[in-house]
Amino acid sequence: MKSLLLGNEALAQGSIDAGLSGVYAYPGTPSTEITEYIQKSKLAQDLKIHTTWSVNEKTAMEAALGMSYVGKRSMVVMKHVGLNVASDVFMNMAVSGINGGLVVVVADDPSMHSSQNEQDSRFYGKFAMIPILEPSNQQEAYNVMSYAFDLSEELQLPVLLRMVTRLSHSRAGIETGEKRDQNGMNLPEDTSRFALLPLNARKQYDILVDKKEILIERSEKSDLNTLKLSKNKGTGIIACGLAYNYLMENIGENEASYSVLKISQYPLPKEKIRALYRHCDKILVMEEGYPVVEELLHNYFDENDKIKGRLSGDLPRTGELNPTVVGSALGLIQEKVTPVSSVVTPRPPQLCEGCGHTDLFNTINELIPEIGDKNVFGDIGCYALGALPPLNTINTLIDMGASITMAKGAADAGMENAIAVIGDSTFTHSGMTGLLDAVYENSPITVIISDNSAVAMTGAQESTAVGRLRKICLGIGVHPDHLKTMVPLKKNHKENVELLRKELNYKGVSVIISERPCVRLSRDQKEEIKARIASLNCECN
Amino acid sequence: MKTNIILSGVGGQGILTIAAVLDTAALSEDLFIKQSEVHGMSQRGGAVQSHVRISDKEIFSDLIPEGQADLILSVEPMELLRYTPFLKKDGWLVTDSESFVNTSNYPEKGDLFHQIKQHPNHVIVDATEIAKKIGNSKIANIVLLGAASGIIPLSEKSLLEAIKKLFQHKSERIIKLNLEAFNEGKKVAEGITDVANSN
Repeated sequence: MKSLLLGNEALAQGSIDAGLSGVYAYPGTPSTEITEYIQKSKLAQDLKIHTTWSVNEKTAMEAALGMSYVGKRSMVVMKHVGLNVASDVFMNMAVSGINGGLVVVVADDPSMHSSQNEQDSRFYGKFAMIPILEPSNQQEAYNVMSYAFDLSEELQLPVLLRMVTRLSHSRAGIETGEKRDQNGMNLPEDTSRFALLPLNARKQYDILVDKKEILIERSEKSDLNTLKLSKNKGTGIIACGLAYNYLMENIGENEASYSVLKISQYPLPKEKIRALYRHCDKILVMEEGYPVVEELLHNYFDENDKIKGRLSGDLPRTGELNPTVVGSALGLIQEKVTPVSSVVTPRPPQLCEGCGHTDLFNTINELIPEIGDKNVFGDIGCYALGALPPLNTINTLIDMGASITMAKGAADAGMENAIAVIGDSTFTHSGMTGLLDAVYENSPITVIISDNSAVAMTGAQESTAVGRLRKICLGIGVHPDHLKTMVPLKKNHKENVELLRKELNYKGVSVIISERPCVRLSRDQKEEIKARIASLNCECN
Repeated sequence: MKTNIILSGVGGQGILTIAAVLDTAALSEDLFIKQSEVHGMSQRGGAVQSHVRISDKEIFSDLIPEGQADLILSVEPMELLRYTPFLKKDGWLVTDSESFVNTSNYPEKGDLFHQIKQHPNHVIVDATEIAKKIGNSKIANIVLLGAASGIIPLSEKSLLEAIKKLFQHKSERIIKLNLEAFNEGKKVAEGITDVANSN
């Protein structure tokens, strides 16, 4: 029997079967289940595959590069905005090249189901001049992994593997294939290419630029990019990644009467595109995310009316595709559907019942009449929901770690009573460096670390901050008199309000650690956290 | 044969358990399946849905096109109505009568039921009530699955086997409760959803 796997799980199983030695990642929707699947895999445990979470996407990618340097196959996994955090090493390892196969898996989130933007990672792949693979279904997500590692080793380049939410979070029956052994240790013959001093970097950069032709040739010959020309010379279709499924849903049995180029490998196969362009009167480009291919086509063939897609308005400019909008663009759907009744009201997500963040926000809200209602800088995590009614506590939410640094900038500009609210895991991900900035200038800000001992939003994964927050803050230089702890519970409300008021009055850096475990943590997880804290304390003795 | 089902509810109400039963049963009958689900922020008390597609031929899209759902099975009445653009003209609506109210502007229940009754094929089940009587309000989802089973093209045998398989790590009592929930749900809808099979 086939195994029923999420797209993310199929990809993860594919990586194990492709001889993976380590996965490095920070949780982020829609990418999280890839790493979780390998963590839970008995086979991966037996094979001693490294699976522990990293502190952030940058440290994860650097560790993956280290594993590749030693000659083994490694994978680094993140959501699209995580690639912004890791972009420094991402761009530079394209220049140095890799040793053991290295696959960068990035799950994009068009329509922003759980994200701040819908940036398209294919831009990053093009920016770094490396191959991009974009599976169109779950089976392909499984199959593509061994190809991705082989390609990476053959070209000595990292390979970007792009997933999207709907593929990541949809299940299908998967057939698995043969398993490959892991690579042995095999250090690079010449390490100078990894030492990117200008002298070496210039040489390496030329090598990277020269690989362009071979990358295009690989795309041209790839089984992932298939061109079928039909007698119908009307509309030719370029369907990228998941869009191919929406196309097939619509044309199904009439497949033979359409000219279709399926794209799952980049850079674009120019010859195949040229052949389709010459064959058809019109080209309709279907792609999830930004109009990356559509724009390139305008460059190839001069801007013209023959090319249709998201830019021309034939498909919506923003948001994810679906079979209905694709069918409409093909002129196949005219039927009217029953609209949603006006009785139905929105139901946005909200904090869980009994969540400690709620009590924290109630504490802050008590002081808002005194300090003003625009002073709370938020961050990424469940507590971002504090920006919504009925709480309305948080004013800003930009990226991982921005709460502390934005509060500092606002304080620099003269804002009094600037408050930063950041979660424990977000703090270790990207808040620590910003706190050092604030400490360095003793900026008048109050940082509240809402510590629930978990990476809660993505499913309560373990947080590297557990048991370490106090020591980290002291180590960074927060004054011990202004490093406070509180427990956000109704019964402590009055006392917590007083504590916050006092620290707001202090004209320097205060940190308040608001401690209460996530209500989503299971009893086992809570026990495990206790044990971890106990062992940490033991080490200090 | 191709059947499109939308499962809907509020994050935490157990629609993925219904999906898992359908997936397992479909695989055991050697059918193709695609099932999308919602992870991340929306799971926190927000509106969630899962598209389940079962077919004897390869399925391409993970999402059901508008106007193509044979069944919307909802564990909450307002969440049922959120997805009516997906319903086929002769498709079925099956829902729990019990509301999950976590917003300040939740509509009048009477208005919701009035809207649901505009659709020719609908079944409103007191699933939470039935589940409570059996012994656990949490199994309302399986009561609803039982109520909709006449519309789903999977055999009762494979659905029951799938329930047993999914709960095999739990106690005998839990398995029994779930099987009872399925049967009680089925009884409620008998005579109503029979129409579906005669079509």
